[in-house]
Amino acid sequence: MPDLPMPLDTRPALLAEDEVLSVRDLSIAFHTPAGALPAVRDVSFTLRRGETLALVGESGSGKSVTSLGILRLTPRAPFCRITGQVLLRGHDGRVRDLVSLPEDEMRDVRGRDAAMVFQEPMTSLNPVHRVGDQVAEAIRFHEGLGRRAALTKAAELLELVGIPDPRRRLSSYPHEMSGGMRQRVMIAMALSCEPQLLIADEPTTALDVTIQAQILDLLRRLQERTRMAVIFITHNLGVVAEIADRVMVMYSGRVVEQAPVRPLFGAPLMPYTRGLLRSVPRLDMAGRERERLQAIPGAVPDPLAPPPGCSFAPRCGHFEPGLCDAAVPGLDLARPEHLVRCVRWPELARNAA
Amino acid sequence: MSTAAADAALPRPARRRDSALRRFMRHRLAVFGTVVIGLLALACAVGPYLLPFSDTEIDIMQRFAPPFSGAHLLGTDPLGRDILARILMAGRISLSVGFAAMAISMVIGIAVGLVAGYYGGWLGTVLMRFVDAMLCFPSIFLLLAVSSLIGPAVGSIILLIAVTSWMEVARIVEAQIRALKARDFAVAAEALGASDARVMTRELLPNAIAPIVVAATLNVAHAILAESYISFLGYGIQPPTPSWGNMLDNAQSYLTSAPWLAIFPGAAITLAVTSFNFIGDGLRDALDPRMGGR
Repeated sequence: MPDLPMPLDTRPALLAEDEVLSVRDLSIAFHTPAGALPAVRDVSFTLRRGETLALVGESGSGKSVTSLGILRLTPRAPFCRITGQVLLRGHDGRVRDLVSLPEDEMRDVRGRDAAMVFQEPMTSLNPVHRVGDQVAEAIRFHEGLGRRAALTKAAELLELVGIPDPRRRLSSYPHEMSGGMRQRVMIAMALSCEPQLLIADEPTTALDVTIQAQILDLLRRLQERTRMAVIFITHNLGVVAEIADRVMVMYSGRVVEQAPVRPLFGAPLMPYTRGLLRSVPRLDMAGRERERLQAIPGAVPDPLAPPPGCSFAPRCGHFEPGLCDAAVPGLDLARPEHLVRCVRWPELARNAA
Repeated sequence: MSTAAADAALPRPARRRDSALRRFMRHRLAVFGTVVIGLLALACAVGPYLLPFSDTEIDIMQRFAPPFSGAHLLGTDPLGRDILARILMAGRISLSVGFAAMAISMVIGIAVGLVAGYYGGWLGTVLMRFVDAMLCFPSIFLLLAVSSLIGPAVGSIILLIAVTSWMEVARIVEAQIRALKARDFAVAAEALGASDARVMTRELLPNAIAPIVVAATLNVAHAILAESYISFLGYGIQPPTPSWGNMLDNAQSYLTSAPWLAIFPGAAITLAVTSFNFIGDGLRDALDPRMGGR
């Protein structure tokens, strides 16, 4: 079967050999009584097999909506409009555009080709079903297995995610498990059909620090094993440094900087990214030059009344009237693989050097 | 270890259900109600086979026999028929009408509530406004008018009671589903590829089961009462088939001369309806600890 029938669309719909996901000009708008609320604007990125992309930004920056939009889990058509392209290579090697896929085919993609792990393990499992049945159910959505075979596979999955005594745990209810255990169960469910893409929406935020480290380690091990691509949403930059290959910083619904993890941490170009990095406590800096953490002043702009020009301008220390508020800056390729949305990045980079 | 052996060895964590049962058992009236309904159902099921009289056997020599005075334990009616036999046969009808009407009204109410609560929007609005309209309508007139139109029979009475008593359930389910569908596990199930129907029936509905069970119990009481009053008014179960309602109807003219004709079927209705209400209260306390200690 050919990769994808290309009807009237002139944009290339194909993915490179090792690419799993390509998001092109993804925009998501919610319809509110006050008008269309653009939550995500013109987001584009690609993800290769085995790669981890971290999506960072403040609350309200659109990172969660982006991830929900990729799987079309946002509210339906009249309430929410998704435009652009989300090309995903499925388990059969076919590339589909998830934005235009019919709902029943979309259902088949969810869980099988792309799965999701949520932030709150305490509430993401159904309280009235046994854990084993829930994992088995996830398997049975896509694979025509009998109940017993699915339960056997569920036990294997629980073992894979490091749950001790998995056969016994099958008959536990979620309330009998700890948060870390439940998140492992969620991961087991997400991995049940060996998806090409895993979206993890702040999977460690609700867990305590030692468990966080275990879960991150587990995700990394599983990724090495299955070569799946991972989108990791977080606002914890420490976690980003630990697991990401590339980082995409979002602000007010737009990508403002995207780069491999080292250049982004070493030489961030966008003032917002710098602000984010400066607001993280660093052990190696303790007691030295910068003693106080620097918060970014102000708050995320109202998406219904965005400031003119660069949306970060009102909070930016490098704001220059007439330049920054003239037009929305484009996404410049500053260095190889390093994109930045700031009109002043060349001079700021010079000053920093 | 074989799969079967492993399954058998699994401890069943039923703590939740245990404590719900314990809470129910602490509710004395609910336990009383359960026992009464149990005995009543048993008596109606096997009693008629044990009695020497059938419910339709006419004995002109034994008209208006008072209770506790002869062969007829609860006395006889104007045609000399045994009241106890009639009460037990009528109980079969009344209880089965109650349960059947409840079952049908549950199906309608749950379906409407699920769809309205899950999809919301204009569909939900239309459905729930329809529920409101149905609730505004005095159901007794609807029951009487329609049963006089289509002719009274047990089946049509059941259907009629069901279509006038599903609205409460629809409201309860709609409210529950609307709250539950925003919960993370519903989105998580959808993210795993579950269909709408699956999310509704498997993920959401089981979480709303407590108020539904309570409503179902109360609905049985309501249906028994509804059957009684339409039969009493002559539009329900037709003689010679006995029902508690039409027995009361017959008793009207002899209220002063033979009061037992009214007392026994009346007591049966009261006993059944209050018992179901007690059970409903007990279930509410037992299944929903948030309702607070009694």
